[in-house]
Amino acid sequence: MNEESSKRLGIVVSGSLNKGVEVKLDSSASVEDMAVGRYVTIEGEKRRFFGMITDVSLGVIDQKLTLTPPDVADPFVAEVLTGTSTYGTLHVLPMLTIGGEVASLVEGPQPVKTVPSHFSEVNLASQQDVELVFGSEDERKFYVGTPLDMETKICLDLPELVKRSNGIFGKSGTGKTFLTRLLLIGMLQKSAAVNLVFDMHSEYGWEGRSEDRRKVKALKQLFPSKVAVFTLDEESSRRRRVSTDFTVRIGYDEIEPEDIALLRQTLNLTEPAVEAVYQLSRRFGRNWLQNTLDLKDSETNRELLKELSIHESTYQNLQRGLGTIRRLPFLVPHAVDSPVRNILDYLDRGINVVLEFGRYTDITAYILVANLLTRRIHAQYRERTEKTLGEDIAPPHPLVITIEEAHKFLNPEVASQTIFGTIAREMRKYNVTLLVIDQRPSGIDSEVMSQLGTKITCLLDNERDIDSVLAGVSGKSELKSVLSRLESRQQALIFGHAVPMPVVVRTREYGSAQSYADLLPEEAEVKEQAEKDIEELWR
Amino acid sequence: MQRVGEVIEASTTEFVAQCYELYQSPPLGSLVKTADLPVELYGVVYNATTASLEPGRRPIARGKDEATDEEIYRSNPQLLKLLRSEFSVLIVGHKQEDKLFHYLPPKPARIHSFVYLCSPEEVKEFSQSFAFLNLLIGTHLPVPVEELVAACLRQMCQVQEDPHAFLVAAGKELAILLSGELNRLKAILGRIR
Repeated sequence: MNEESSKRLGIVVSGSLNKGVEVKLDSSASVEDMAVGRYVTIEGEKRRFFGMITDVSLGVIDQKLTLTPPDVADPFVAEVLTGTSTYGTLHVLPMLTIGGEVASLVEGPQPVKTVPSHFSEVNLASQQDVELVFGSEDERKFYVGTPLDMETKICLDLPELVKRSNGIFGKSGTGKTFLTRLLLIGMLQKSAAVNLVFDMHSEYGWEGRSEDRRKVKALKQLFPSKVAVFTLDEESSRRRRVSTDFTVRIGYDEIEPEDIALLRQTLNLTEPAVEAVYQLSRRFGRNWLQNTLDLKDSETNRELLKELSIHESTYQNLQRGLGTIRRLPFLVPHAVDSPVRNILDYLDRGINVVLEFGRYTDITAYILVANLLTRRIHAQYRERTEKTLGEDIAPPHPLVITIEEAHKFLNPEVASQTIFGTIAREMRKYNVTLLVIDQRPSGIDSEVMSQLGTKITCLLDNERDIDSVLAGVSGKSELKSVLSRLESRQQALIFGHAVPMPVVVRTREYGSAQSYADLLPEEAEVKEQAEKDIEELWR
Repeated sequence: MQRVGEVIEASTTEFVAQCYELYQSPPLGSLVKTADLPVELYGVVYNATTASLEPGRRPIARGKDEATDEEIYRSNPQLLKLLRSEFSVLIVGHKQEDKLFHYLPPKPARIHSFVYLCSPEEVKEFSQSFAFLNLLIGTHLPVPVEELVAACLRQMCQVQEDPHAFLVAAGKELAILLSGELNRLKAILGRIR
């Protein structure tokens, strides 16, 4: 038996385009060798179909067999019955047609619009088939992992990926961070986009740790010339021996009422208190926060509150909330250097910025800073993009903003208010997109979820989370069974804009010396890049 | 080629042959052939009988004063001429112009054609296809069909290079043919393993 024919699995016996086709396994193919998520090709009469196994089941030809099972202790009987009286069936979801027809020869794989005919032969997909569908590594495509039980590389088209907002989901400890690191590196290498990472746990900039406490290099260690690490917490960075490029300090005058409105829940503010913030800012202008904090309990102030019709208890509530903000050490009355300008400066030079939060991992700081910076950066981008429309100059670098704990920014209550909601919806009009990382996708506004171009999801086992991630995907119920059966590490389901069909990958190795070497560009390229950098320096 | 008898009764689906020697009928389930040139008919032995030449005269017990049953034949040599052995063969295929067909021949066998036991090579060639199992299973015979099928497969597997693989393949064919009749399948499988 040669290798080709040994890959034969069985034949198509029934099915529909909506629900996928049933494949009866040959007796030579064992059910136990099958795996949900594996790729198969179906040799139709006129075209070849490319599909994924979404279910495996057992069948008997005669129901009596289930009632009076034969003596399977006898290997002979067992051997005879397998594949004849008892058989395995696969549920295969055809996704693409490859080859066979003119369109798919010219334009590559096409989405399926029909099913293969009865008794079409089903084979395990070969390396070439998978390569044909997912492409091979080149200057646009970045290798993210391999399909299950295969050595082929699955590549993402990164310039295509960053055109839309994307999401990485998965339970805690399923490898979201590793996956994100990989993607960031990919974007850094293969796409024209620059990244701004709000790094809540300080693990993308310099180095992170794997679950078994091994040190793992992060962006700056691998690409020192292309990454700048900003920090909110200088001390923490110094303790971790991270060479930072800039320490972010935010002046009171940079905080706008919208920032406070967003923090309503975390600061435990009442609706009227938020209203009061707007009134105070109208009254005091840019320095409203400083002025409000300075208000002493005096007669004139009481007059002022009365004038603004702010109730005493509302005022107390507001003061308590603002007090929490004031205690954040990176907030200073007057910042010397504007972090926004600095970040934009780096981004304009094509340098990726990672903002470490150090000790300030509480959600108040994260939401405040991420929002504040992003809003201004987005406004700048918007301005510039609009300018390019009028003046015919080059648009700014596409920007990808990475946020963690995304459900805090994008939950249905605040998604309409935060800048992230706007970015997710406006998408790429202003060249700014999001990379959303979250462990509770059900907490994210469904409107935002529906706008995410490509979703990469590790294991999820909460029903609501799975539903929200898969909302609106064709073949949802089939993908559901695939998703809930992912291994808890190093496996992810990718679907959406950047891949021609949903794909389960075993993510690429990251963390060993070899993996770094694979990720880093060739030495010649490095030299070339260095020369270019020097040249640019003298210009 | 071993000659085992001569056709004395024939129909489209089967024929009966008489052995030249008493008790010399081929074993149950063995593959035999007879020629009606240019067609060669293949069949499976499904029944064998030994009885009196004349239907009206039944044999009587003769061994009262003999020590062994062999002695009876020795002291009554006429017995060998008064009794005869016959075997019935179910036709399962034919060969025409060197091509094997696993279905019924166009014409039945001719009376007095010689019947031969198939050589191992012929059995091997014939058993390359299991299409004949369908003919066996579909007939109504005085012997249980399961017994016949099992005997036939046991006979055939002896000449195969890999008897186990042969039996498994045959078993799979049977499992499909007898998909609704689990008990018959079990009976056969139990007899050929």
